[in-house]
Amino acid sequence: MTKMEKATHFSRISRRSLLKAGGALVVSLGAPVALDTVLGIGDAFAQGTKPPLTPDQLSSYIAINADGTVSAFFGKMDMGQGLFVAIGQMVAEELDVPFKAVTVIMGDTATSVNQGGASGSTGIQMGGKQMRMAAAEARRVLVDMAAAKLGLPADALAVTDGVVHAKGDETKKASYAELIGGRYFNVELDWNKQIGNLLYAPGKAKPKEAKHYKIVGKPIAREDIAPKVYAQEDFCTDVKLPGMVHGRMIRPAVAGSVPVKVDENSIKDIPGAKVVWEKGFLGVVADKEWGAIKAAEKLKVEWSDAKPPFPDQAALYDHIRSAQVRKREIGGREVGNVDDAFKTAARVVEAEYEWPFQSHACMGPACAMAEVKDGNVTCWTGSQKPHFVKDGIALSLGVPVEKVRSIWVVGPGSYGRSDADDAAMDAAVLANAVGKPVRVQYTRNQATGWDPKGPASIHRARAAVDASGNVVAYEFTSKGFSRIDVNTNGGAPKDTLAGHLRGTELKSADGFGVPAESYEFANKRMAWETIPPLLERASPLRSAHLRDPVGPQVHFASESFMDEVAAALNIDPIEFRLRHVKDARDIAVIQAAAEKAGWQARPSPRKDQAGNKVSGRGIAYSQRNGTRCAIVAEVDIDRASGKIWARKFTIAHDCGQIINPDGLKHTIEGNIVQGVSRTLWEEVKFDLNNVTSVDWMTYPILDITETPEAIEVVLINHPELPPTGAGEPSIRPVAAAIANAIFDATGVRIRRVPFSPDRVKQSLS
Amino acid sequence: MARINLDVNGKVQTIDADADMPLLYALRNDLGLNNPHFGCGLAQCGACTVHVDGQPVRSCVTPLSAVGSSKVITLAGLGTPEKPHPIQKAYVEEQVPQCGYCINGWIMTAAAFLNQTKKPTDAQIKEALTGLKCRCGTHMGILRAVKRAAAMMG
Repeated sequence: MTKMEKATHFSRISRRSLLKAGGALVVSLGAPVALDTVLGIGDAFAQGTKPPLTPDQLSSYIAINADGTVSAFFGKMDMGQGLFVAIGQMVAEELDVPFKAVTVIMGDTATSVNQGGASGSTGIQMGGKQMRMAAAEARRVLVDMAAAKLGLPADALAVTDGVVHAKGDETKKASYAELIGGRYFNVELDWNKQIGNLLYAPGKAKPKEAKHYKIVGKPIAREDIAPKVYAQEDFCTDVKLPGMVHGRMIRPAVAGSVPVKVDENSIKDIPGAKVVWEKGFLGVVADKEWGAIKAAEKLKVEWSDAKPPFPDQAALYDHIRSAQVRKREIGGREVGNVDDAFKTAARVVEAEYEWPFQSHACMGPACAMAEVKDGNVTCWTGSQKPHFVKDGIALSLGVPVEKVRSIWVVGPGSYGRSDADDAAMDAAVLANAVGKPVRVQYTRNQATGWDPKGPASIHRARAAVDASGNVVAYEFTSKGFSRIDVNTNGGAPKDTLAGHLRGTELKSADGFGVPAESYEFANKRMAWETIPPLLERASPLRSAHLRDPVGPQVHFASESFMDEVAAALNIDPIEFRLRHVKDARDIAVIQAAAEKAGWQARPSPRKDQAGNKVSGRGIAYSQRNGTRCAIVAEVDIDRASGKIWARKFTIAHDCGQIINPDGLKHTIEGNIVQGVSRTLWEEVKFDLNNVTSVDWMTYPILDITETPEAIEVVLINHPELPPTGAGEPSIRPVAAAIANAIFDATGVRIRRVPFSPDRVKQSLS
Repeated sequence: MARINLDVNGKVQTIDADADMPLLYALRNDLGLNNPHFGCGLAQCGACTVHVDGQPVRSCVTPLSAVGSSKVITLAGLGTPEKPHPIQKAYVEEQVPQCGYCINGWIMTAAAFLNQTKKPTDAQIKEALTGLKCRCGTHMGILRAVKRAAAMMG
């Protein structure tokens, strides 16, 4: 029998003193547990009070309830891509309990540690990895406990549906519920001392080998859909608190201007109407929501004169081209000597691509509730990163972080660092000022107009070709606004509008990226360059992470360019890629997509079409943190109207081990459709004063009438590999695949997104 | 402020509200129905859609004064897990939503359309739904669900 280890921190209070102190201390989640049961399971597991909610505790991730069901406490969130299911599958698999026995509880800082929130498609890749290790450790510990109880060696035991039993004699058994149900694990894990995405705290157990999986890999349906469809689930917009008042924020017409005079009298007739004004921060509250809406409309405000902060939008890309580089970084390793290779090239192919600012434009404007009571602050938020919201509120209000609790409630869509974090901070400031719980609801123009934006950029690519037609050098350089003017979370005042407006400076950091691929050339250099933001304080064009941060723009350019080189050399675009791509899994996705799409090898453009309506096909491929995918797009173009129909996509997708193929397919479809939208329609417009994309008319997205006819998904499963992310990789190559298909159809290369009808028409004429 | 009677999901209730207040806020705040949702307040997205006398209406721009004694049905009144509208059943079966915030628009609009149009063509379905927004990009699933519901409704 394996000796059960003593949890070191437990020695502060001896088990005996705990037990002597009375039954109450021995009880936690479920029903009271008899003393002899506690004694029977040994020192390490007999603690009734909950161990601290720290990353090094098994109890921070897994609890066995009194009835034997399992609670899995997850410090990341499901943004609607099925993580509730996938994490449940991983935990159930390792614990050998039925899938239905596991409930995944997410995003409440009182019940989960900071695993980074929803971030970078790491829900399964990193968050799931940790939950898998924790569940495996819980199983190991439970089997050891059963071994002690049954007087059998641990390796003579098996687990079936949460019951540990002797191999070959199922009458000798102990259920998880009997062993620890209703009490906490008191087991220390080997925490790597990181929080966020990098948090990793394995125990002694090794997770199962894939060949033994019964639950992982199965297409299990989401259970959170029916409650939404039958109006039984509350979103964060639906949270109502006793005594809650309603808040609205007021933003300036000219970005950068601040209120200098506010006439509270102008709203005195509205029940409960109050102004909260602190430096640039201006909001109103009222007893009823309609009152708050009226108050925001009626409040008389005089604004400071502010110099129009923005350039003429027509000159945006010239601004980027000529702006001083704040930081330049080579991505990865420079291969060979690129500069020399270009000097001796027989021929140089080069091109430049442009990508606009884009908005999260979430389905609903952000909404948050905050309550300040007895020195404690509680915030209900749709933010992807409630643990960081907690930190941000503590800093904003100057309260100890342990006095703050942040509770994630599913929000109206989320694709990165959206307006949700700003709303949470606004709610906290308002609630603190008025002494009542406040619900702040942003308006549509605030959601689209004032959310953090995906950065605009330009991308230059060039290839050196020798006299035999071989590519001997490749250089790719992105230059644009950083992707982190504000951080990927609202963890500090410098990263939120409330912070900027109350006097904390925006501190734009440097971040961009280079293409993720495995093209091999004798000489190769990829780099990025960032430029300063247009407005160094509360800015409607401050940049932050938008789904697959800079991935769509970088790969639009790099994968368009690979097509341009292939066309210049009169080579089939897939053949060209396969000549240079070196990674075996990359090659596999390209071949799988080509085969499924029935790709006929020939150089682009095709030359067999005349008339107004033409069609084309295009390929693009990319990697993302271990995942790779290749997409073949087939598009129809109406030359007269400039209208593009991205009619069909065929994608081959390899994210290592597949946890749930159904969830994965839905996630990929959503990626592609959102990718089409961003490619064909999306561009944040602005004038000299402010952003002018403020609703769905001024920030159009893909309409249902423009839905692709088909999206064929080929899933390549590698059960033997760790799972990697799927939330973003497949949005990455969409724009290039479409651009390449347009070129194939028309012979015209469009190098600026979006491919709106006007731009396409202009390009074709 | 005025006393206003509203016939919602088969029940008449009286509220005190401004007659120019949009129906959306009466449903959400006065009657405690957490559907429909606020998406834009501009009738551009559909997240607030309810049926008024069987027709899909954007409640965010419909003043209470325009509702009168009309019968309002929200998503909660359209069907239940025990007795679903076919489009609700199809939505679950097709696992359509990502975030799910937009579904009032699609489900209520599609339900009204399918109640009136038997065996619709793909073009008719798209035309009936044009203008509604889904930011997560679940368009493929939405169309599959509407076709599935149409098949159920014969």
